[in-house]
Amino acid sequence: MLKFKSTLSSVLVAGAFLATSVSGAQAETLRLLTWGGYAPDNVIELFKKETGIDVEVTKSNNEDMISKLRATGGAGFDLAQPSQDRIAGAQFEYDIYKPLDLSKIEAGQFISSMLEGTKSNTTVDGKIYGVPHIWGTSGLIVDKSKAGSVKDYTDLCSDAVAGKVSYRLKRPTLIGFAFSMGMDPFAAYGDTAAYQKILDAVEAKLISCKSNVKAYWSGGDALMNLIRSGEVTAAMAWDTGGWKLNQDMADVTFVAPKSGALGWIDTFALPRKTKAEDAAYKWINFVMQPKIAAMITASAGNFTASKGADEYAEDALKARFQDSFPPEAIDNIKWYPPVPAGIEDLEGKVLDRVKAASSN
Amino acid sequence: MTGHNHFRLGLVLLMAPLLIWLLSLIFIPHIDMLFLSLSEKVAPRVYETGLSNYAAFFNEPLYWNTFARTAVMSILATFLTLLIGFPVSYYIAKMVRGRVRAFLFIMCMIPFWVSELVRTFGWMILLRETGVISSFLVFTGLSEGPVELLYNDVTIMVGLVYTSMLFMVVPLVTTLDSLDDSLVEAGYDLGGNGLRVLRKVIIPHAMPGIVSGCIVVFMLSLGNYLTPVLLGGKDSMWFTEQIYTQFITRFNWEQGAAFGFLLLILSSLIVWGGLKITRQTLSNTMG
Repeated sequence: MLKFKSTLSSVLVAGAFLATSVSGAQAETLRLLTWGGYAPDNVIELFKKETGIDVEVTKSNNEDMISKLRATGGAGFDLAQPSQDRIAGAQFEYDIYKPLDLSKIEAGQFISSMLEGTKSNTTVDGKIYGVPHIWGTSGLIVDKSKAGSVKDYTDLCSDAVAGKVSYRLKRPTLIGFAFSMGMDPFAAYGDTAAYQKILDAVEAKLISCKSNVKAYWSGGDALMNLIRSGEVTAAMAWDTGGWKLNQDMADVTFVAPKSGALGWIDTFALPRKTKAEDAAYKWINFVMQPKIAAMITASAGNFTASKGADEYAEDALKARFQDSFPPEAIDNIKWYPPVPAGIEDLEGKVLDRVKAASSN
Repeated sequence: MTGHNHFRLGLVLLMAPLLIWLLSLIFIPHIDMLFLSLSEKVAPRVYETGLSNYAAFFNEPLYWNTFARTAVMSILATFLTLLIGFPVSYYIAKMVRGRVRAFLFIMCMIPFWVSELVRTFGWMILLRETGVISSFLVFTGLSEGPVELLYNDVTIMVGLVYTSMLFMVVPLVTTLDSLDDSLVEAGYDLGGNGLRVLRKVIIPHAMPGIVSGCIVVFMLSLGNYLTPVLLGGKDSMWFTEQIYTQFITRFNWEQGAAFGFLLLILSSLIVWGGLKITRQTLSNTMG
């Protein structure tokens, strides 16, 4: 515990030092808080050539982004990429983002339906905090030769895949199981009591099938490793993970669950104490150009909200996408609505209890 | 008068690095954590001062059980480390001399030259279902199918003992080294057998080393995060993991801070209890 605490405080202190030292006016830098693959080296190089701005990438995930920005009150980074559903609640509770100046963003480069949807989902007190960048889904990665029977989240609890299952102990798992058990958690977002009831049912289900689970994964690489070695044959994960594995394991691919894949959109949002706002807007406008967006699609594996970027996307990736998503599966995607402040506390308790339950 | 002031100033300046270190990296963060742990969240953006974060620990059996489990496992790990570490230390301190001794001591230390993460991954490579040991068992026909050796309590225990062995061996070697051989000989001369000499001469002399080794190993095990999480998998249930989760994935810093303080208080109590039972004092051990 001492070790943990001192690490934490030294990280905070180091972060504070870093924040102050970087503010000195050297060559301009954009400190980007993003996901793996969203800012590939070739794009960073092109950006530097065009604008002279260095991009410093920190790879992260939704929870980590909020924690990092909360720790500093929104300092330390100039541009962040949280998912669109995680902005409003976090902004309301911790005030970590800065409203966007939409006049500085070239709206014409965005797919307009996605831009409007994201804008309305990331509005707090009439101010807009996010514009879309990359979208994708989460669902199931299945080894069809060994676990072909897995068609929906609840199938992960069947005996056919006992001990060969992996998923994350995070909120998408709760939401996915709720849908697959015939409930609609998104409709209950506003009603704490109804939502708690759904969570209770999911909790019971997850505890009863805990013995099926090989391990709860937390990093994408760990999951890839488990599937490559054959120790796991069915998992809940992102679509790109499945497609990446599909390149060298023909039987493994992403399957959109019967109850609907969960759709997410990662955005651009300005941390409240951003120090390079202009560079941030330049980066947004730069990466949304169709050709650049296609380069990011090639590296991240997911499609972007850039209008016309599809033309430049790799054919193999398009084929994999169409294979996983027949038209009716696309219509069935459940897009995350904004998470209201407070319900993550309820979910946290459930996840803690599932983690602590004994598996037999 | 001025001379006195000079002396004080000199002392303050000499102490300054230590004081700044203690104040800024240990004292202030802890005060901040204390305040954090005492603020309870009643609604988004609304906080009140209260003890509900501490109450949550005692009311929710899950947190309490996790702590109890962590403490029991850590005590067991400490005991096992002592059991394995004592003969090793005795051998290094008393049975061998010169180069061999330095060699053995270095051998104990070498694993600690790589990071804990790497060492833990080493165990994972050995123990996983498609890992070295499992493949070997299948290859030799000792087992029919692959065996999963990871993700259970025994694995956690192995990992804990392995990672803390050095911290038991070093203090033990130092104290055993200071034991005069003639005392052991005298013990035998006076008619004691091996067990009696061990009980009446060696252990009493080594007691400060045993106690300080045990305290360090216990605290390290209790505060360990990587080993239980990576080797324990889905059932790891470690209290530091709980604190980490509260801070990082639940954004519930208030609860995390309260858990942090509870861990500090409860682990101090356990160490204090241990000292009382063995009739040792802290100053005795560290002196």
